[in-house]
Amino acid sequence: MASRPGKLTVMTDTGSGLIMTKGRQISLYPADAQAQISIRGLGKVFPRGLVEALKDIDLDIPAGQFVSLLGPSGCGKSTLLNAIAGFEVPTSGQLLVDGRAVSGPGPDRGMVFQEYALFPWMSVAKNISFGLDVKGVPKAEAAARVEMLLAKLRLAEFRDRYPKDLSGGMRQRVAIARILALDSPIMLMDEPFGALDSLTRRTLQDELLRIWQEFGKTIVFVTHSIEESLYLSDRVVVMTYRPGTIKRDLMVDLAHPRDPSSSDFNRLKRELSQLVMEEQTRSEGLLPTGD
Amino acid sequence: MMRRGWWRGLLRGVAVPVLVVAFWQGLASLGVVNSQILPSPIAVIERWWAYLAPLEAYRPAEGSWLAWVFSGELPADAVASLMRVFGGFAIGGGLALPLGLLMGANRRVFSLFNPLVQILRPIPPIAFIPLSILWFGLGNPPAIFLISIGAFFPMLMNTITGVQTVDGIYIRAARNLGVRPWTMFTRIMLPAAMPYILTGARIGMGTAFIVVIVSEMIAVNSGLGFRILEAREYFWSDKIIAGMFSIGILGLGIDVAMNSLSRILLKWHRGLES
Ligand SMILES: Nc1ncnc2c1ncn2[C@@H]1O[C@H](COP(=O)(O)OP(=O)(O)OP(=O)(O)O)[C@@H](O)[C@H]1O
Ligand SMILES: [Mg+2]
Repeated sequence: MASRPGKLTVMTDTGSGLIMTKGRQISLYPADAQAQISIRGLGKVFPRGLVEALKDIDLDIPAGQFVSLLGPSGCGKSTLLNAIAGFEVPTSGQLLVDGRAVSGPGPDRGMVFQEYALFPWMSVAKNISFGLDVKGVPKAEAAARVEMLLAKLRLAEFRDRYPKDLSGGMRQRVAIARILALDSPIMLMDEPFGALDSLTRRTLQDELLRIWQEFGKTIVFVTHSIEESLYLSDRVVVMTYRPGTIKRDLMVDLAHPRDPSSSDFNRLKRELSQLVMEEQTRSEGLLPTGD
Repeated sequence: MMRRGWWRGLLRGVAVPVLVVAFWQGLASLGVVNSQILPSPIAVIERWWAYLAPLEAYRPAEGSWLAWVFSGELPADAVASLMRVFGGFAIGGGLALPLGLLMGANRRVFSLFNPLVQILRPIPPIAFIPLSILWFGLGNPPAIFLISIGAFFPMLMNTITGVQTVDGIYIRAARNLGVRPWTMFTRIMLPAAMPYILTGARIGMGTAFIVVIVSEMIAVNSGLGFRILEAREYFWSDKIIAGMFSIGILGLGIDVAMNSLSRILLKWHRGLES
């Protein structure tokens, strides 16, 4: 586990040579060179309604870590994930991936969307190979990689189907395969299993763990299921509601496969429930006046 | 079970046409209406056959069998009309597609062309007849011009809407995969807009078919539209009706063909499961 320096923020204080950007305090701490994803003082204010979706986020994610972002609806989980993906430009702070500032979306950070976002006009195999096509990978090499992924995700017999003829679980498998095809070191997942029934969900969670271990990805996983975050991840980051800040950064030192009925699991689950409920209650209290 | 349902469906489908034709034949046989005004169905069918059949007996020395089969007046007219429809559609649709893609994808291009489009679009293609004759005289050029106008606007409007309504999630997913602007256009926007584009093509084809009949009545000496107008001059009401049915069948054929084209191209599309 990477060393996590304590947050060090400089408060606005006239006359002491201060670091201010657009009136927001930023962290002076240098980005962690070892972390694959390094976030410092990240803030995002949406111009519409002046919603402060993210504030002062400091987060370092070392390569190979499975991190879950947890919090009530509207707390900014997707905004943070989209900032890492390069879809959302932060209004303040610094965001480095492999030491380089994020300037837009790219295949080094593959995204799995809740709505699957498969291309409906492409067959399963085409959806998986499209990214390789775009990248200019030689045909034979691409074909071999697609074959491997079709087999690995048990999609081989569905290779010529269109997304409309697949179940939700199948679609999400294709979406995962599409990202694995690119061999991106980082996989960003926004409530990928949120729309699945509980059995399919468990199957896909197990498959994701298998894939994570086999391919050695860094995974940032957004969910609002406490159990899901505990079942999957090395680390759970609980966020606060408006502004979205980090409320608790919790390491989960349980060996896989995890048993959701074990006492350790449930101890952590109670602890997280407590934290999430606090924010949930706060968000409900804020709602009438918040918008 | 299946077969019985099918038979019942067929029976129900032909019942009304059969009744109408029987009633029509009754009127004619009883001499209720003048046969000059409404000929009997049998007379229409006879005339239709004469219109359809080759004019001369088959002589292998003079060419292929296929050419002979199509040497009748009706096939020649149908081919002439179809060629005009395809020609006009190719020009009108061929111009509308790239313009529509550009207008849908780029706001600046849209605001540049949209006012003109909005002014010209409500003008029925028929209203262009005087101008087209003034510009192109008689013959195929004015006909093709009118047909291409008929095909242009439905194709344009649908293509614009199709591109404008491409779900943003596909664009995000594609950008995430590293897709560059040109590939985004050809492999994401174009296929995503395809359902709309094909609807535009189908409506444009229908309009082109209406316009071809009208323009043949005024500008040329061949085609189905010309033939029924010509028949009126000779008081051949049986030939007029035979020609009208031919037009109906051809129009239906075009629509069926466009539909199956859509089905093939859009077999991935959610709304089209059969
Ligand atoms: N484009 C936008 N314009 C204005 N406000 C926005 C925009 N996108 C998100 N927000 C607001 O920012 C906050 C964070 O949104 P975000 O989508 O990141 O939440 P979330 O934690 O992912 O929620 P959920 O669990 O419902 O997906 C919300 O309060 C939302 O209303
Ligand atoms: Mg979200």
